[in-house]
Parts: sequence; structure tokens; C-alpha cells
Amino acid sequence: MPESNLFGGLTGGLLIGLAAALLLLVNGRIAGISGIVGGLITANSLSERLWRGAFIIGLVCGAVIYAWFHGGLPLQLQTSNSGLLLAGLLVGFGTRLGSGCTSGHGVCGLGRRSPRSLAATATFIACGILTVYLTRHVF
Amino acid sequence: MLLLISSFALGVLFAFGLTISEMIDPARVIGFLDIAGHWDATLLFVMGGALAITLPLFPWIHKREKSLLGERLYLPIQSHIDARLVIGAAIFGTGWGLAGLCPGPAIAGMASGSGGVWLFVLAMIAGQWLAGRFNPR
Repeated sequence: MPESNLFGGLTGGLLIGLAAALLLLVNGRIAGISGIVGGLITANSLSERLWRGAFIIGLVCGAVIYAWFHGGLPLQLQTSNSGLLLAGLLVGFGTRLGSGCTSGHGVCGLGRRSPRSLAATATFIACGILTVYLTRHVF
Repeated sequence: MLLLISSFALGVLFAFGLTISEMIDPARVIGFLDIAGHWDATLLFVMGGALAITLPLFPWIHKREKSLLGERLYLPIQSHIDARLVIGAAIFGTGWGLAGLCPGPAIAGMASGSGGVWLFVLAMIAGQWLAGRFNPR
């Protein structure tokens, strides 16, 4: 495990916060990635689907640009394919049921001082810590 | 058209944040969640940086009637903490801890071409669809 990347973390965090604030200020939308992805399929108007598609294409393109400058992405998978399949199902199911993920609840919801988002963020961090403890130190 | 251009540009900016902070790396996320191991504080700094922007700016943006592009502000209307919220967050947190991936880093991580990340994203979409069928909004 590499050392903590505190400077990159803070810089990247500021950019994420800025992108979330601008999405609300300019477009009037909350930057919750699970909701943006979910609405891509379920939203009933074409314009709702189109802006979501544009944001998601932007997300992928931003990572491509970073990879182009840095000769790749810092991404080491930690689980087998069956683990990724199960985790993906849980993340999709849970974010839909709980109306948000790390960005929607953690960055935007806490920014709005929403008690719901505080409860959700505390819950998913606690469950994440518990899961890592069980998978890394118990089983 | 402006709405599409700004959405795309802000997606790019969001991805720069995820890559520069290395939150796109499941090893970083699991390192943060692994409080009994070699703890990685990076995610805490990412949250701190993001909240340093959203905490002061969101209340100010909320006061506006319309967005800069003339859209209404699409804000969540629910305010009570219910079982659905907490159970959903618990299921999400379990999946997040298993793989070290959440929706933003997973979508951006598709750029790596990694089959595992694509598998995760497809499973995530299937999970969302299942939740919608099982418990429609």
C-alpha cells in the first residue's frame, strides 16, 4: 500500500467540490453519480437523458485525458471478477434504494447540510469499514 | 445545447478530481476503510477538499430561483430518515467495501479498459434496475 496522497487528495477533492457546485449553479442538477447513471435509463424526457449521457461521457473522457498525460490510470483492482460482480450488484441496488452514493450523499448532501445524507454517509462508511475488516482480517 | 456542453465539461472536471486524488484506485478506497491495517488517509482529504467548496457554496446557490442556464434547481424533496435510506446505504457500503469502487470512480475507471471495471459497472446498472423493480420509487 502506497503512502497517503494528501496533496493530490486535497487538490482532487477541491475539483470534485467545484464540479458539484458548478453543476448545481449552472445546470441546476445535483452531482450524484448513481442518480445520473440511473436516470440515464429511467428518466422520462429526452433532454434529461441527454445531459446525463453528456456528463457520463465527460467523466470517461476526463479519465482518458489524465491517462494520456500520466501514461495510465492509478487503478489496481482488489477483487476477483465474481467479487466485482457481487459488489456491483450491491452498489447498484443499495444506491438506488438509499437514493445516493458517495457523491450525492457524501459531497452534495453534506454540503446541503441534509440530515438524510449525514445518516446515509455514516451508514455506508461504517458498513464499508466493517466489510473490509471482515474480508481482510477475519476471513 | 449549452446544458449538454456544460454537463460534459463538468463531467471532465469531476473526473480530473477523481484521478488527481487517486480515488479512482480501489486500493486507495480500501486503504481508507481498512482502519485495522495500514490506514490511508487520502479519502479523508478528498472529502475535506470537496466539502470546503460545497459547504459554503451550496446554501448560497440554494437561494437562487433558477440556475445560470435558466433551469429550475432540481433538489431532493425528502427530509426524513427512513429504513429504506439506511438499508440502502448499508447495502451500498457493503459493496463499496468489497470492491473499493463506487459509481463515480467505476464510470471514470472504464477509461482504463479493464474488463473487471466494466463488469462492475454492468452489474451496478443491473442492481439499480433490480432495486427499481423490487421497490419502485
